[in-house]
Amino acid sequence: MTLAEIRDILDAEVLVGSDELGKEVKTAFSADLMSDVLAFAKPGSLLLTGLTNPQVVRTSDILDIAAIILVRGKVPPAETVRLAKELKIPILRTRYILFETSGRLHEKGIVGCIEKVGGDRVDVGNKI
Amino acid sequence: MSEIRYENFFPIEGGTFVNAGDVSSRIKSILKNLGVGSEVVRRAAIIAYESEINIVSYALRGTIRLSVTPDAVCIEAKDEGPGIPDIELAMQEGFSTATPMVREMGFGAGMGLSNIKKFSDSLEITSEVGQGTHVKTRINMAEAG
Repeated sequence: MTLAEIRDILDAEVLVGSDELGKEVKTAFSADLMSDVLAFAKPGSLLLTGLTNPQVVRTSDILDIAAIILVRGKVPPAETVRLAKELKIPILRTRYILFETSGRLHEKGIVGCIEKVGGDRVDVGNKI
Repeated sequence: MSEIRYENFFPIEGGTFVNAGDVSSRIKSILKNLGVGSEVVRRAAIIAYESEINIVSYALRGTIRLSVTPDAVCIEAKDEGPGIPDIELAMQEGFSTATPMVREMGFGAGMGLSNIKKFSDSLEITSEVGQGTHVKTRINMAEAG
């Protein structure tokens, strides 16, 4: 699924990366705790989070996250947007809550980057 | 002792999140440019980042040493800070002494050291209370599995 389709499903606003909406994603990880993101997220996944500080962008850069989806209508501080532009990581903002955001994407075919802890999903062919 | 292909020391300032993660991003691109395999780069970057977060969260200042040999990538974090009185306790997932500032940044849930352990092939922690902490990690080039 492309970021453009994800934007439409989530009725989202593109804050960073309007030129990267053709990017393909197949998996996602939802969390507000960045240590959990570091522990479990896989390259090429979406990161769904309600946290808006620059560490969200740093964490995404370290992990080669495809795009950040800010949920619950959160508005990121200017330094978060600046860092995302510098590191070329798209940020989309949706007013849906985390549960709804995850559910709507899952319904359309995006799956978790792992299914449960200790059980890796079979390779779904993510590209970094 | 295998020959060192690359070595560098990166200073980290404690107590502020302003540049937290900057060194880890640099380490990641240095390793990529050296042609290190992507899974090793990823594990090294995660270890460097959690180490950096530990230094900015708890220490006055610190240094991250990156070294690369044909067999391994080593990330060593050395800080001047309060030290860890009970390393075994600190290694337990969920144990944390983090401040609200650290938690607001999405860290401080007692996963830093366990994440470092999870992504390294060997880990050695030494610490002296009132002096500082030294965390040595090694990631083997030959990827297991």
